[in-house]
Amino acid sequence: MDDHDHSHPHPAAADEAPPEYYEVMETAIRELLIEKKLIAPGEIRRQIEVLDSRTPALGAKVVARAWVDPGFRARLLTNGRAACEELGISFYDDTQLIVLENSDKVHNLIVCTLCSCYPRPVLGLPPDWYKAKPYRARAVREPRTVLSEFGTEIPEDVEIRVSDSTAIQRYMVLPQRPTGSEDFTEEQLAAMVTRDAMIGVVKVNFEHGINS
Amino acid sequence: MAKPFPTPGLNVVKALGEEPAFKAGDSVRISVRYPVGHYRVPAYIRGKLATVEAVMEPPAVNNEEEGFGRNAGSRGHYFRVAIPLTALWPGYAGSLLDGLRIEVFETWLERV
Repeated sequence: MDDHDHSHPHPAAADEAPPEYYEVMETAIRELLIEKKLIAPGEIRRQIEVLDSRTPALGAKVVARAWVDPGFRARLLTNGRAACEELGISFYDDTQLIVLENSDKVHNLIVCTLCSCYPRPVLGLPPDWYKAKPYRARAVREPRTVLSEFGTEIPEDVEIRVSDSTAIQRYMVLPQRPTGSEDFTEEQLAAMVTRDAMIGVVKVNFEHGINS
Repeated sequence: MAKPFPTPGLNVVKALGEEPAFKAGDSVRISVRYPVGHYRVPAYIRGKLATVEAVMEPPAVNNEEEGFGRNAGSRGHYFRVAIPLTALWPGYAGSLLDGLRIEVFETWLERV
């Protein structure tokens, strides 16, 4: 039971600071759009719901399917967007998806040096570090150092291939299936696949699956 | 997008810009330009030699034009190009094998 008597101050449950410049601007534009009947009040809420429904679990499902179904894997590598749509993962914008397959010879890493392009339809919102300047600048400049900071060591004879988003193509890494996972079900495989593995900063960790 | 099936005997001459100017394997140079505004070619690749890896399909609205609401209906060709990291960064410390892949619109690519 919580028996404390509230004699000490608590942090505010919500941000009570006055709205900042861009918040005021956003509210003003939104209200104008609604007033002019260009959008309905529920539409922005609905779009937030769409974005909230997109999480790395979708990407993990795509990866696991590719590991167990060679036909799907081939279609995924040919046209990432169409293959995701096969699984019911819709793309609510014009973006395309290039799926980059890791192998014994190539390790892929994705970045957007100009801004924060990210395969949101399949992975949801990007992590803050992906949008921050240090990662964006260093991923193309010293990818091996960046990877080692994530605990990922790639041998010298393996090519690091950094893909930098500039146009409507988005990228997702298809990580290598860990050895020893041969008897795993598709669901068990999906549980091993993390967001960071689909960005390419880590490999799929076998231990991550055993506990889940 | 499926390629249209060629009909024998139909002599259609394509307009400039309908077909991509480059194909996989071509050598290209990224233009060195510093226009003001919204540009989607990072400064670190300008002036560099690159190899076309693939023509991106389907052609897409050039986001540089779209950014200004101009010409947003016409689609252009763009290409996934490869540049070795050793060519981008003097003294690059990683493996000689390491490389960059990036998409660049035709308007920024020069024949070599």
